[in-house]
Amino acid sequence: MSEKKSTFHGTAAQKAELQAVIEESKHIPGSLVHVLQRAQGIYGYLPIEVQTIIAEGMGVSLSEVYGVATFYSQFSLTPKGKHRISVCLGTACYVKGSDKILEAVEKELGIKCGECTEDGLFSIDSCRCVGACGLAPVMMIDDEVYGKLEPGKVKAIIAKYREA
Amino acid sequence: MENVQQKMVNLKINGIAVTVPEGTTILQAARKAHIEIPTLCYLKDVSCVGSCRMCVVEATGARGLVAACVYPVAEGMEVRTNTEKCRRSRKLTLELILSKHKKKCLSCERNHNCELQKLSLGYYVDEDRFKGEDFVLPIDMSTPYVVRDNDKCINCMRCVAACRKQSVNAIGPIGRGFHVHIGSAFDRPLVDSPCVGCGQCIVACPVGALSERTTTGDVWAALSDPSKKVVFFTAPSIRATLGEAFDMPVGTNVEGKMVAAIRRLGPDAVFNMDVTADLTIMEEASELINRIKTGKPLPMFTSCCPGWIKFVEQTYPEMIPHLSTCKSPQQMFGALLKSYWCEKNGIDPKNLYVVSIIPCTAKKYECTREEMKDDVDAALTTRELARMIKTAGIKFAELPDEEFDNPFALASGGGAIFGATGGVMEAALRAAAHMLDGSFEVLDFFSVRGAEPIKEATYLVAGHPIKVAVASGLSNARKIVEQVKSGEKKYDFIEIMACPGGCVNGGGQPTLSDSVRNSTELKEARAKALYTSDATNKLRRSSDSPVMNVIYDDYFGFPNSAKAHKLLHTSYKADKKV
Repeated sequence: MSEKKSTFHGTAAQKAELQAVIEESKHIPGSLVHVLQRAQGIYGYLPIEVQTIIAEGMGVSLSEVYGVATFYSQFSLTPKGKHRISVCLGTACYVKGSDKILEAVEKELGIKCGECTEDGLFSIDSCRCVGACGLAPVMMIDDEVYGKLEPGKVKAIIAKYREA
Repeated sequence: MENVQQKMVNLKINGIAVTVPEGTTILQAARKAHIEIPTLCYLKDVSCVGSCRMCVVEATGARGLVAACVYPVAEGMEVRTNTEKCRRSRKLTLELILSKHKKKCLSCERNHNCELQKLSLGYYVDEDRFKGEDFVLPIDMSTPYVVRDNDKCINCMRCVAACRKQSVNAIGPIGRGFHVHIGSAFDRPLVDSPCVGCGQCIVACPVGALSERTTTGDVWAALSDPSKKVVFFTAPSIRATLGEAFDMPVGTNVEGKMVAAIRRLGPDAVFNMDVTADLTIMEEASELINRIKTGKPLPMFTSCCPGWIKFVEQTYPEMIPHLSTCKSPQQMFGALLKSYWCEKNGIDPKNLYVVSIIPCTAKKYECTREEMKDDVDAALTTRELARMIKTAGIKFAELPDEEFDNPFALASGGGAIFGATGGVMEAALRAAAHMLDGSFEVLDFFSVRGAEPIKEATYLVAGHPIKVAVASGLSNARKIVEQVKSGEKKYDFIEIMACPGGCVNGGGQPTLSDSVRNSTELKEARAKALYTSDATNKLRRSSDSPVMNVIYDDYFGFPNSAKAHKLLHTSYKADKKV
C-alpha cells in the first residue's frame, strides 16, 4: 500500500478526541492496537496523518504503528464511503457464488474491492462470514444484511442508497 | 542478586552430558557440548525470537520439535539435534524460504558468505521444489549508504531487531502472510524514514538483502584516470578488522598488510586517518576548554560519528548547540588534503580524488552532506576495500608489512583508539588535561575503556572536576540525552558512537558468519587490537604528535583559529523525522 496524495480533512475536535485516547493509553503496554481501533472509530480510517499523531503521542516510531496497522485486516488505510458495502467471501457464501456478487458490486460502482467511490458515497470490502450462512450469498451495507443474493439484484439494492 | 546461588541443570545433548545454569537455552547448552545447531533468525546480542524454525531439535518432555534458540533446558532433559526428523524439518523450512527467494547467487554480494546458502548446501535442498507466487518488490536505493533488495529478504527480522536495538525503528515488517516485507512506514523510501545510516541492519542480515551502496566502480575509474591524483586513507579500526575478510582471526592487527595491499591498488599515496583523529582531538579538546571557560553550552557531545549527528538532527534537534562543531576525522582529512596538501604539492584540488576507508555506512552519507561535499570523493567500507583487494588478485596474507606515506603517517595512540567506544574520550582527556595543566601526565583513563554501553567518570584537572560520560549504541545515547535534558545527570563532556562498541563494530565492517559471531565477543576482540597498538605506541597524546606541530605551524596557526574553523569545523541543521 503506497502513500497517496492526501485527502485528509481531520477536524480539531477529532484530534482532541484521539489525543485523549492516547493520553489514557500510552502508559499501558500493548495498547497500540486499542488506540488504532479507537482512531479508526474517530476518523473512519488510518491515514498517515492519524498514524503520525499516534506515533508521536505514544512515543513509538511510525514504522511500528504502520506495521500493526497493516497486520490486522480490520484496519483501513484508505477512506471508507458513507455507505460501507461488505461482501462475504466466507466458505458458504463463496460456494454459493459470492465472488460473482462482488464482481457485480464492483461493476456497478466502477471501483475495486478495498476502494472508495470518488463522491465518497460507497466503499467496498470483502469479509469472512457474518454468521448468516443460511442466507448465502450475503453482503452487508452498513448494518443491513442482504441475503440470498443474485448478481442481478445488486443494482436495485445499491440504488436505494443513492437516493437516500 | 549476586548472593543467590545459580541453580545448575544437568542434561544430555546427543548423548553428551552437560551442566549449565538454569534458564540456559538448548542452543547455548549445545555449544558447551561442542555441537552447533543451525540458526537463521537468531543472532547473539541482536535477535532471539524463535521464528525461522531452523534450530528445531527433539527434546524429551516437549511435544514435537522445539526451537533451540528460545527453549530452556530442564533437569534430566535429553536433546537430539541431528535426527532424521530434525533434518527433514530444516530442509523443508529452507525449501519454503527458497520458494520466494531471488536466487541470483552468482552476482550476490553475499555469495560464499550467505547463511542461507551455507545451510542449503548442508541440507541438500532442492531450491526449486516449491514455486512461490511471483511478485517483485522494488529495490530501495534512496540513500547513499544502503541498498535493500527485498526479493532476497527471508523475513528473519534480524535487521528490524538491530534497528530496534538502536532505538531508531526506521524499519519494520509491513503487511501480513505471504506479502510481509520489511520497509519504512507507508512503504516510503528509506531516505524519508528516521534511519541514521549506522548500517547495523546490514551486518545483521544473513543474506544479500541488505548491502552498502557501493562506489568501488568510481574508485576503480579514478585509479585508472591518468589526470587524477588518488589518495587513500584508512580509519583507525580498519587495521583491526580487515584481516577477517581474509580468514584471519578476529582481532588481528593487519596495519602493515593493509597499507601494502592498498598501495598495490595503485593510488598515489596511502595515509593514516589516525592523523586527523589527532587533529580532531586538538580541535575538540580546545573547543571543550573554550566552552568551559566561556560558559558556552555544556555538556559538549562529540561529533565524529555521522550516525549520531544524524540522530540528533532528526530526533533531538534542540541538542544541536551541544554538539562539538568539529568535523569528523574523515571530513577533516578530506579538507586538509584538498587545501594544505594540495597547496604544498602544487596540485589542483579538482584533480585530487580522495578515498576514505571507513568502518561505517553513515560516513558514505556524511561525505555527501551539503556543508562538506567536496572534502571526500568516495567513502568505502572495510568490506568494499576487501573486495577490491580480492578483485586485484592481491594475496593479502602473503604481503609484507609496509608503512603509511608521509607526511600523514605518524599518529598518536590516542588516534588509534578512536575506533572503539571510549577511545575518543580518552584521547580528548589526554590532550585537554595537558592543555589545562602542563604537569598533568596521566595517559591511561581506564574508567572510560571497555565495551559497556554506558560509562561515567570524573577527573580532577587543574583543580576542576571534569564529569564525562561515554555511550555506544543509539539506545544508550538516547538514555544519556534524556537524562541530560531532564537535568537528572550533569556532565561536561560526552562521547557518543552510534554503533554498539563503537566503530570496531560498525555497519561497514566485515560480515562474519553466524557461527563465528554467535560464539565470539566481537567488539572486545577487535577493540583489543587498537588498545594494544596504543599501548605500544611511544606517542600516546595527540598534542605531542610532531605531525600536529607541523600542520599547525605550517597552516592553521593554532587550534580553533579562524582558518581551522573554516576548514575543520561544520554546522548542523534540524531535520525532525518520525
